[in-house]
Amino acid sequence: MTQWVLSGLAARVRTTRYPARQDQSPGVSPGFPVGRALADGDRGAVVERCPTGALTRRDRRIWVDPRRCVHCYRCARGDDALEWQQGYEWAAVATSRPAGEERTPPLSSAFARSLHVRVVDAGDCGACLHEVKQLANPYYNAHRLGFFFTPTPRHADILIVVGPGTDQMRTALEKAYTALPTPRRVIAVGACALSGSVFGPSFACSDGVRSIIPVDIEVPGGPPPPFAILHALLVATGRAQPAGWAAGTQWAARPGPAAEESGA
Amino acid sequence: MEAAATVASIPEEWSTRIDVHQDRQGRRYEVECRPDTLQDLCAWIVQTLDYSFAGLVVEQQSGEWSLRYLFHAADARSGRIDVLLRQPLSQVHFPSISGSLYAADWHEREAEDLFEIAFDGHPRLGDFILHDDAWQEGLAPMRKDFNGREPPALRAPNPNWRPDRIVHAPGVFGMPIGPVYSSTAESAHFLLETVGEDVIRVVPRFFYKYRAVEKIAEGRPAEDALLLAERFNGITAFAHGLAFAQALEAIGGIEVPQRALALRVLLAELERLRHHTGAIQEICESTALVVAASQAAILEEELLRLSGELTGHRYLYGLLACGGLSRDLDDAALRAATVRARGILQQLQALEKRLVRTSSFLDRLEQVGIVTEEEARACGVVGPIARASGLARDLRVALPYCGYGGYGFEVPKEAEGDGYARLRILCAEARQSVRIMEQALASLPAGPVRAADIRPCAGAALGWTEAPVGAAFHWLRVDSRGAVVRYRIIPPSFANWHVFHLAAEAFAFQDFPIILASFGLSVAENDR
Repeated sequence: MTQWVLSGLAARVRTTRYPARQDQSPGVSPGFPVGRALADGDRGAVVERCPTGALTRRDRRIWVDPRRCVHCYRCARGDDALEWQQGYEWAAVATSRPAGEERTPPLSSAFARSLHVRVVDAGDCGACLHEVKQLANPYYNAHRLGFFFTPTPRHADILIVVGPGTDQMRTALEKAYTALPTPRRVIAVGACALSGSVFGPSFACSDGVRSIIPVDIEVPGGPPPPFAILHALLVATGRAQPAGWAAGTQWAARPGPAAEESGA
Repeated sequence: MEAAATVASIPEEWSTRIDVHQDRQGRRYEVECRPDTLQDLCAWIVQTLDYSFAGLVVEQQSGEWSLRYLFHAADARSGRIDVLLRQPLSQVHFPSISGSLYAADWHEREAEDLFEIAFDGHPRLGDFILHDDAWQEGLAPMRKDFNGREPPALRAPNPNWRPDRIVHAPGVFGMPIGPVYSSTAESAHFLLETVGEDVIRVVPRFFYKYRAVEKIAEGRPAEDALLLAERFNGITAFAHGLAFAQALEAIGGIEVPQRALALRVLLAELERLRHHTGAIQEICESTALVVAASQAAILEEELLRLSGELTGHRYLYGLLACGGLSRDLDDAALRAATVRARGILQQLQALEKRLVRTSSFLDRLEQVGIVTEEEARACGVVGPIARASGLARDLRVALPYCGYGGYGFEVPKEAEGDGYARLRILCAEARQSVRIMEQALASLPAGPVRAADIRPCAGAALGWTEAPVGAAFHWLRVDSRGAVVRYRIIPPSFANWHVFHLAAEAFAFQDFPIILASFGLSVAENDR
């Protein structure tokens, strides 16, 4: 058994210093497209290459809706490509709570060093779920920040939902949400959970989990890297600021007629 | 035995037509038959010719049903056989072949559920993909007249659903697991019926994650359907995207440039290496060997970062395109990545050496979760699980694609079929993957990475890859505008979950999570 002790020590400490210090290691983020002002003669044809409607033209600018970007990189190729920026502090406070409901504030400092998280897979492709799972690996080690996964929603403060919200998971998701004690927060992770991405809406799938349960924090990306999910947990406990999206990106209103209007 | 002679020796009364096609994808026989001879013919192809059943493709075409049963041989020379059965649309009864070909069992259940067609003689139809507690009977979403874009009016979810108990005896305890269970497990339901510690029946229930990928692909431009192929199972995105792209290229007769072929091989093997490292990590974690699990997790994260640095995306999204790759990769970066992959493999091998010296770890895997060779053969198991049970089937050898025929590698095989054999297969395949990556790099030609002339072209074709979990088949039919008419995915997890309950029965309750981990299967891939 000594071999495990010795090899464990020999593996050195790999854990990131984030959030005390930004982690700039290569390969930790898939990046995100940034909108731009349209110069004279630039028709903004790149918008038409976007398969999910994440790019729109308005007021002589190209706008990016982070909720809909699925990282197909079509706007990153070609002569008129958009610039993609690295980084991962993408978690934003949801703007889409039903009318009449206030946006929820962060959880109190009582949760700062002990936050229990239940993950529900509502039809995820496996990538977002896999990135959530990576939080437990030595590089991210979410335990050091007081974040713990729990197998039961009754012990959880946070519900992380991945996947577009399939019809056959609807009942299970509602039950898991109801079983959470209050105060509780819901973090929707990934483009599918935020907008249905390439899957929804359809007869089998919703256009994002907020049509099933209320969502407090949104993490865009397909999939968002572990650092982005870590950022969301920090935002939920008031230990980090939500994303300040650079000029040219936007958080569209709930998809549907309103979004089309603003994108026109 | 020469396959041409054997296929030609199909008794005349069984078939109405035999065509032979020879193209870039290899040799393919198309055998049309009548309903009354289907079962004998399919059983003969598997038992006498020793072909493997790959899957069933149901198509609703103008005026008729077309059922295509796909078979492939174990060696490159013999190629594929498609058995075709056609009937008018009004005739919705088909003979079931799963009595003599058990591998077709789930395929028939799926077709019955989604098309509302009947397979006469099948003992267990109904409640499969569309759960009875969420959908009303009579819904046929895969039929052409069903609008997949809107929620159906017929919906009455029943929150009080309980699994059916099969074993009725004194002392039997039913333990339902899922669909929300463990800390980061995918959604699926398993009913374990136990007597004391022994699990005597396992009844899995899947398709909680059914996103109807095959239905929503219909009508979309093929290049957008590629996004679905990549994203329905993100863990092995490249393998499925590649199978789809190959189907599309076969339809259009597009020749992929040599550089793109070599890069595809390199990236597919990088994905396999990362997947297998993750699977080994899961096995370590399931046995609560924390240090080993952390060490494997470090290697997995390093491979994810390596993929991200090399291609821009940690799961290799957005690289594949019809006719090649959407962008070229830098030679120096590829060389550096391959050297790093070799280094990570060496650490994985050191970890394997420590694992096989740890008796408490081996005790949990050896003689646990056994799939015998007969079971594997009967259920049509593919990939590492089949190879751990003595079936050395690998599409890279059986139906070479992307020039795999020119690479030197071995297909590892073990006989025991237990969890330990599966672990050894994963480790051995990781070694072969790095070997192939190095060969692809060494022979990497210069040149374009995407075919120049790509036009939409009507037609249908099958694309396939040996995905990390096993053989993946994508059947695609597009119209002259390049829009998808029918898309059928036959993922390896669909074949392998079929045998899972046999492996998990007759073992102790606490072995269940370990057997689950040693299977290393994806639910998203199965559910689609």
